[in-house]
Amino acid sequence: MISPAKQSIPDVFDVRILRQDGPGEKSYWERHRVTHQPDMNVISVLQQIAARAETEEGKKVSPVAWDCNCLEEVCGACTMLVNGRTRQACSALVDNLLQEQPDGIELRPMSKFPVVRDLVVQRDRLFRALKKVKAWVSVDGYFDRGPGPQQSPADQQTAYPLSQCMSCGCCLEACPQYTKIEVTRREGESEADFKKREAAAFDRGFIGAHAISQAILFNIHPTGKMNAGERLDALTSEGGLQICGNAQNCVAVCPKSIPLTTSIARAGRATTLHSLKKFFDR
Amino acid sequence: MPKQRVMVVGGGLAGLAATMRFAEMGIPVDLMSLTPVKRSHSVCAQGGINSVNDQTRQLGDSEWKHFDDTVYGGDFLQHQPPVHEMALWAPRIIDLMDRLGVPFNRTPEGYRDQRRFGGTLYKRTAFSGATTGQQLLYALDEQVRRWEAEGLVTKYEFWDFLGPILDDNGICRGCVGQNLTDMEIRSFPADAVVLATGGCGLIYGRSTMSMACNGSAVSRAFQHGALYGNGEFVQVHPTAVPGADKLRLMSESARGEGGRVWVPRKPQDPRDPREIPEAERYFFLEERYPAYGNLVPRDIATREIFNVCIYEGLSVEKERPCVYLDLTHLPRTTLDLKLGGILEIYEKFQGVDPRDVPMKIFPAVHYTMGGLWADYERTSEGRLDIGSPKNQATNIPGLFAIGECDYQYHGANRLGANSLLSCIFSGLIVAPGIENLLKSSSHGASDDQPSSLWNAAQEKYQQEHDALLNRSGGGENPYLIHQELGETMTKAATVVRHNRDLSAALEKVRELQERTSRCSLSDTGNWTNQNVVFTKALQDMFPLAKTILEGALARDECRGAHFKPDFTMPGIEAEDPAERRREAEKWCDRFAENTKKWLKSTVAECGTDSEPKLRYEDVDTSLIPPRPRLYGLVGAEVIEEVWKERVAAGSQATSSRPNGEKAEATKHSPSTVG
Repeated sequence: MISPAKQSIPDVFDVRILRQDGPGEKSYWERHRVTHQPDMNVISVLQQIAARAETEEGKKVSPVAWDCNCLEEVCGACTMLVNGRTRQACSALVDNLLQEQPDGIELRPMSKFPVVRDLVVQRDRLFRALKKVKAWVSVDGYFDRGPGPQQSPADQQTAYPLSQCMSCGCCLEACPQYTKIEVTRREGESEADFKKREAAAFDRGFIGAHAISQAILFNIHPTGKMNAGERLDALTSEGGLQICGNAQNCVAVCPKSIPLTTSIARAGRATTLHSLKKFFDR
Repeated sequence: MPKQRVMVVGGGLAGLAATMRFAEMGIPVDLMSLTPVKRSHSVCAQGGINSVNDQTRQLGDSEWKHFDDTVYGGDFLQHQPPVHEMALWAPRIIDLMDRLGVPFNRTPEGYRDQRRFGGTLYKRTAFSGATTGQQLLYALDEQVRRWEAEGLVTKYEFWDFLGPILDDNGICRGCVGQNLTDMEIRSFPADAVVLATGGCGLIYGRSTMSMACNGSAVSRAFQHGALYGNGEFVQVHPTAVPGADKLRLMSESARGEGGRVWVPRKPQDPRDPREIPEAERYFFLEERYPAYGNLVPRDIATREIFNVCIYEGLSVEKERPCVYLDLTHLPRTTLDLKLGGILEIYEKFQGVDPRDVPMKIFPAVHYTMGGLWADYERTSEGRLDIGSPKNQATNIPGLFAIGECDYQYHGANRLGANSLLSCIFSGLIVAPGIENLLKSSSHGASDDQPSSLWNAAQEKYQQEHDALLNRSGGGENPYLIHQELGETMTKAATVVRHNRDLSAALEKVRELQERTSRCSLSDTGNWTNQNVVFTKALQDMFPLAKTILEGALARDECRGAHFKPDFTMPGIEAEDPAERRREAEKWCDRFAENTKKWLKSTVAECGTDSEPKLRYEDVDTSLIPPRPRLYGLVGAEVIEEVWKERVAAGSQATSSRPNGEKAEATKHSPSTVG
């Protein structure tokens, strides 16, 4: 890997941001001028924009809203479209971006989730899918019962990559079958009723590669597999595995290189067997 | 059935461990967090989690030795019974996490693998790749999601804790939170509030901590009367990668595998590091510590790197302090095999391959040992009375603190791979105590208290919020003030501390606090207003910043992470045996005197003017008597010899005393704070 030559980096560069003041509002482009600093990533670009709160034309604006936490690509919060590519803003390095596209950087919110404001999106649907596939080990309780089951290093090495999924949503953004579901609260509707209606809408939509992979993670766990049937039922219900069009975009954009398509293939075989078994057990 | 429920604030390892235990007991939990809990800062922990295990046990290890390493590493500044109990629970905690599905690395036979970490002789550390914290957090997140699906847990993610609600008797009856999306301010009645909100690294501007670690929740409790312990103890890790937004950790194992730390002898030598000949490189750790070289203890490495850059002007870059951590002389196969994970982080964030080019690193603020003062119930055997509502209780009745935001477990310095343990442990043990607290009342807070209590609290914060939004501008910029605060704190109160710098920093912090009251908001709306949330968090950084500085200023000694060059105890240089002996006697006298004077926890109370008032609390050292920490000190052998003789003489004297006196040596309650 060649480090970018310093002289090719300009002192200032442009950042175009697709902003939106709130859900249902019209989005608009805004241009900011950013001073280059060493070791800059898109987060430090956004920090500078927030501190300045002024567009390229010198117009005072409210700071751009964005979501982040760990800043080392392990929490999944800061996912957005950087120069059209779904990725984490923290690991998007400015010098590399300017090398690829010298006329500036373009930032947009993810398109498959409802925009809350600017680059902040609402990803509740993603966590809802983890509930649907029961992505947990149903232990009896939290009292001492000795160690977990003995496992081979090979099994650990299969599970560990799947367990690194940080629920960032990149695989969903890239998936042609995953389409945006935005539910708005009705006049006079209680918060609880709204949440219930929203959850039902999410459950009808495609669960996505991340949740399929999590179902596989728990179905290969020695204790988790005791509830394998329930997870396979979830995978074959409305919005399940059958929606997958095998575009394989998910695996290409996963920042953690999780073998998502391998999980999907495994889930395909397992659900087929599960359905046959259920048919003959009737 | 009373309508009782518990509020847990913070969804990292500690908060989630507590939440899942409450849910198991059938106690409904409201879980409030700045971020979706799966994105909490615990995910950043890499190394592993400590416990004695079947293998180390057969090599002579025991829970007692884990306990001893922890208090020795912490320079004896922690009450021993809770630490003792934690070491006893550690093997069971790892078993539990294993059952919950954490993919711990395995031996060829299928057992959990362990590696060795700093401050111990045993391979005590269970690990899951290089992302152990992430894996542990996910296991707890999954369990909490399971209870959420069953209706026992209600999550309030993207909510900010604004403050506890105290009734007329000063009892905590709930808290006020603010929704970060629609900015709604709401009172949450609760029969107990558990703070699990982590460290406060953001006070230092950039640190290895996540953006949520701003200390605001703890500060808000502090400003409501909760005591804060050992504020001045902040761990600085020697090797982190400086970034414009964050300092990213670079594990100690890089040096363990042969990495060398150096700077060019010529200040800010403009040449490519690879073109600087060996003779013109200053391997300062190797030159100054010929025996230990690059593997000197963490605090020493941190201090030396800091000195070279700040006081000796030898930083690699002029505008930004850093030194080279060089791996380029090592075979690529070794690097890929043993350090692959951390090298990828460097490559990803620096855009440079550390196999070819030396890494640029600098120490970074990493962990806050100090935190909210928390109580415990001691048994006569020096263990914890599990089930006592005193465990993890702050001095405000009904308000509890667990995880990094309490001051209990790590004293003056934390050992690697002990933080994940203390977080899960304190989370698991707070629940049975609170269960008993709830049983002692037949009512729930929500139907026990007049609605005026909730309305008044909500109203107060709403007014403050509105006033901040409508404040006519004074022109100050909160983001720039935060940068100045970070620079001030980093300069005065990290690795090397001088009283004159600490005093100057206090003045500066007071000035910044005053300027913050004149901040203009660039966003005055009421929808996802990150500007106002940040400004509130900034305001609340000052009371804690002043607590750190005042504590450090007052403590005229060196202990753990707190280092004052004016108060060091140099080693023994003499060569004549009789002279060495005499000096060692003097050294031990001075140590005993210093222990008497300073083996005390700092306890701060926040005044109405937001200025901390300091008191000191005796430490329960009834299980392991304090001894000198001699690692790396010149003449350590002779000091140790003299000290052991004194201990032997002392124990002869105490054994003639009546039984039981030793166990009652120290009391623990805020009332004994002198």
